Amino acid sequence: MTTPVPAVTELPGKPRSRPRRSATLVTGCVLTGLVALLALISVVWLPYEPDDTSGTRLAPPGDGHLLGTDKLGRDLFTQVMNGSRIAWEAGLGSVAIAAVLGITLGVLAAYAQGWLDDTVSALLDILIAFPTLLLAMLIVAARDATLGSAILAIGLAQSAVVARLTRILVKRVLAQDYITAARTSGTSRPRIVAAHILPNIWPTLVVNLALQFGLAVLAEAGLSYLGLGAPPPNASWGGMLQQAQATFTTAPAGAIAPGVLLVVLVVGVNLIADGLRDTLDPARRRSA
Amino acid sequence: MLSYLLRRLGFLLVSLALASVVLFLLLRTLPGDPANALTSVGATPEQIEAARQAIGTDKPVPEQFVHWLSQLATGDLGTSFVSSLPVAPEVTARLDVTLPLTGAAFLLAVLVAVPAGFLAAYRSRTWYGAALSAVSQLGIAVPVFWLGMILIAVFALNLGWLPAGGFPQDGWADPGAAFEALVLPVITVALVMSASLIRYVRSATLDVLGSDYLRTARALGSSFGRAMWRHGLRNASVPVISVLGMELASTLLGAVVVESVFALPGLGSLLATGIAQHDYPVIQGVLFVSTLAVLLIGFAADLVQRLIDPRLRGRLSGGAR
Repeated sequence: MTTPVPAVTELPGKPRSRPRRSATLVTGCVLTGLVALLALISVVWLPYEPDDTSGTRLAPPGDGHLLGTDKLGRDLFTQVMNGSRIAWEAGLGSVAIAAVLGITLGVLAAYAQGWLDDTVSALLDILIAFPTLLLAMLIVAARDATLGSAILAIGLAQSAVVARLTRILVKRVLAQDYITAARTSGTSRPRIVAAHILPNIWPTLVVNLALQFGLAVLAEAGLSYLGLGAPPPNASWGGMLQQAQATFTTAPAGAIAPGVLLVVLVVGVNLIADGLRDTLDPARRRSA
Repeated sequence: MLSYLLRRLGFLLVSLALASVVLFLLLRTLPGDPANALTSVGATPEQIEAARQAIGTDKPVPEQFVHWLSQLATGDLGTSFVSSLPVAPEVTARLDVTLPLTGAAFLLAVLVAVPAGFLAAYRSRTWYGAALSAVSQLGIAVPVFWLGMILIAVFALNLGWLPAGGFPQDGWADPGAAFEALVLPVITVALVMSASLIRYVRSATLDVLGSDYLRTARALGSSFGRAMWRHGLRNASVPVISVLGMELASTLLGAVVVESVFALPGLGSLLATGIAQHDYPVIQGVLFVSTLAVLLIGFAADLVQRLIDPRLRGRLSGGAR
């Protein structure tokens, strides 16, 4: 008689599944998905017209208005839904700009040598020392206070961060033997970048871009709070909060709901970033 | 070490020069003419030209830059386009609010985050270790202005313990009133700051706890406390110090939002007005002073790191990452 051998469900040597960590990813997806759902619905349907001022001013939640109304009688839930869409636009737009510009610059900087390399990294360091919000303020003040300007400004400011990270990652890969081998065998530079460098650095980059998404949403909210975003009824959550600050104690719903959703979305993407880092990056390299 | 100090100081000066050139050019290339902002709507071209001559923006940009630099050499930050008052005293007055705010918030954040981050790592399998990590995860997602709004609503409007905003007209002449005005802003900034600090302290501590040298020290009979004190602290503090430097710098520069929530007359609000009014000398002055502060903070952080970790001494800037 032989003892029954348990069925091999996993290849030997493969790390066991980590349920707690994938829970991070799932929680993140659920939180982010909630806000995404609100945003998607807002494209095709809204409970009220955003500029419909027929409601009672500063009505409490309930009675036809899920979250009550603002000081002009406009439905707050409608504005919150609009805000979800704007938050997604701000996050995706900024990150897209930061990714394209930052990765390109980072790869070029990594290939630069000597004083050019030193100058570029010193400049990037200084740029990064300035908070995204401050750079964005300068750019938005010069253009109009619109969502487009905010996205452009935040994307530009973040591309410095992405560029520095990319430069460090690329330099690390460039020092590997297989790059020397590829180079000596005559592979062209663009091909080395496409076939060897990018596949090696994308997990860390994706994790960082997810974090940048959250930071972009926060930065846009900050800009709108300072009055450098679109005004209500199509305001972002930051603009709504600024409007509601004066009536916090009398009509708290307007000062709480946008903030809660903002936190839900940012926690969501941060959890996704953490989950991705653990899944994609077994060595758990930290992307600062 | 002396040669390192000199090289690092040179790096600081070059960075400062680079930053001021970029700053100056950036402002000059942005669209929008400050002369337009100074004259009333419907001003004649002659009036606009006169305003340009009055503030000196009619001259070529390199000449303006040299003029600004020569003033700077004597500690003069120029004169505001809008108020015609010198910028330097205004900046100094604003620092009376921003420096205590940033400094106190930073100290408080460190006092909270270092023990909390250590506990979150050391006791990561207990409920409070996990709770600490969860709270810091939540904390980094909370916008600083919303936290400020909530604190004002609870502690100023509902409980009436502290003022909801503003700063005494005569500054620190009445230290009690000035202190009271800063309590809520300091707590707001400190909470947001410590949320991200906890994560860095936690991960630095986790690295140390899993390290071979700590295990060896323990195996050789050292107590946990002694092994942490002799080996762990030194190693964990290097990455934390570089993060501390960056956090301090970004808090100093990012004070604009908090100052807006609490209606504080700080450096950030001066900058915000300057930007809104295209007042180049004010923007340049504030950004130059803050750039200098940021570079000095980086300098100090690099120096402390090299005192702690001799392995870094060959490198010019940056810590272990």
